[in-house]
Amino acid sequence: MAEGKMSLPMARGAGETSRRDLWWLQPLAVFLGFSTFIGYSTWAAFQNDHYTYGSYISPFYSPALLYSPTQDAEKSKSRAHEKSSITRADEQKAHTFCGPKPAWWPGFLPFSAALLILPFPGLFRFTCYYYRGAYYKAFWADPINCGVGEPRKSYWGENSLPLILQNLHRYALYAALVFIVILAYDALQGFIFINDDGSKRFGVGVGSFVLVLNVCLLGSYTLGCHSMRHLIGGHRDELAKSKTQKKLYDCVTCLNGKHGMWAWFSLFWVGFSDVYVRLCSMGIWTDFRLL
Amino acid sequence: MTATAGTTQMVTLRIWRTDAQGGDGKFVDYQTPVSEGMVVLDAVHQVQATQANDLACRWNCKAGKCGSCSAEINGKPALMCMTQLAHVPTDQPIMIEPIRAFPTLKDLVTDVSWNYEVKKRIKPFQPRKPDAPDGTWRMDQADVDRVQEFRKCIECFLCQDVCHVLRDHHMHAEFIGPRFLVYTAALEMHPLDTADRLADLKDKDGIGLCNITKCCTKVCPEHITITDNAIIPLKERVVDEFYDPLSLLKRFFGGGKKT
Repeated sequence: MAEGKMSLPMARGAGETSRRDLWWLQPLAVFLGFSTFIGYSTWAAFQNDHYTYGSYISPFYSPALLYSPTQDAEKSKSRAHEKSSITRADEQKAHTFCGPKPAWWPGFLPFSAALLILPFPGLFRFTCYYYRGAYYKAFWADPINCGVGEPRKSYWGENSLPLILQNLHRYALYAALVFIVILAYDALQGFIFINDDGSKRFGVGVGSFVLVLNVCLLGSYTLGCHSMRHLIGGHRDELAKSKTQKKLYDCVTCLNGKHGMWAWFSLFWVGFSDVYVRLCSMGIWTDFRLL
Repeated sequence: MTATAGTTQMVTLRIWRTDAQGGDGKFVDYQTPVSEGMVVLDAVHQVQATQANDLACRWNCKAGKCGSCSAEINGKPALMCMTQLAHVPTDQPIMIEPIRAFPTLKDLVTDVSWNYEVKKRIKPFQPRKPDAPDGTWRMDQADVDRVQEFRKCIECFLCQDVCHVLRDHHMHAEFIGPRFLVYTAALEMHPLDTADRLADLKDKDGIGLCNITKCCTKVCPEHITITDNAIIPLKERVVDEFYDPLSLLKRFFGGGKKT
């Protein structure tokens, strides 16, 4: 039958369906989950304080390229070094790669070390194939769920601006891979504790495990990315010609099979890691030392 | 409540009925006894035999391999022969409708011929020159396994039905649908194939219209990982060819041949 002459059943209206299951539950859960994370991470990114606790640094603020401590941070002693005179500002400075906020920073622009780096992992998640499928449903109802009527008649897919830019997901992946290396460094630093006299010693705190688990989950999510799978070997038709490449491809494929699960676990844990460091820094939680 | 072991119970089938031209559609309720082990297709056949001899229903193998009895059962695309009544709530009428992405011919039968026309447009398999003097090729089993998954497709067109681009937006002229993206993937990723279908995928087949809802994967009775193993890898190849500035640069300097 010629395409233009098909007499198709009328498209259903928004939310119209014959489905009897709780089809609205999944998009609602995704909507609430993402909204909670976006809300919390935005709030946390604008705080510009309580993002360090001793050798721990919140993954929202790492790498801390610049610092500009709040007045409170300059006056308050670090909770990790209560017997010394180290302030939170000193702690933040110790975690910073480049130096203080430059003098030319426009006064009207709010400053936070997190705001300089969060767009990169944010973009990685925004363009992620798993998240795209999830948020098109939960936030844009396109479709709200499988076999359920849509609110809009027009549809462009990812064929035109702005969504055509989703095709550059691999560039967000490149940035995300750099972050994994930095966060792995941070996790290792989480095992080095600074004594009140300034000397360093190996130690293990609950926070050390929090940061290690964070980098493991983020690594599983990032390395299992669909673009990674393509770049590591998926682009080849005769992949088995290179045994090493085939093995790497199989590893990425293994992670990719549960990409959605890694996406959620890593999203939750990166948020929790910030909460952990923040609450320890505020003195609300105690970082129990195991060693 | 579901049909359980060792019992016979009455269930109501709410079946979509049309006139002989496929118009004037409405749901009609039929009560029929069902027993352990019956599938939805059995119940429909029972209704056809005892109450509605003119009920049109396409079927063939009753084993989930011919892809003929595709329908929507309680709003979910499924094969009627593979949907056990024990897995369907029977305390309410069971709604059975034809698939919605194609024109209804009569009752539960749809005209899926559009799919066969689409298939003809896709560049066929084009193998490289034989590897051996006797005209045979050498392939690694692992490379063949990768595309073998796609060859499980029974062309039931449930994935086409659930895809909102076809079902809700009726973009049959712009988008070939998940079934034919799987078909293209089977050809494009084949270790012997030399044809290039990437420009067609981008411009004619509308791969950019897929927004990765994974609905197609969820309904596939052969459990083909349509989105992750076929559509997304094809999208990534299209990115290589048309969107990635580094790939474009690499090709400009003579790299990036098909491997």
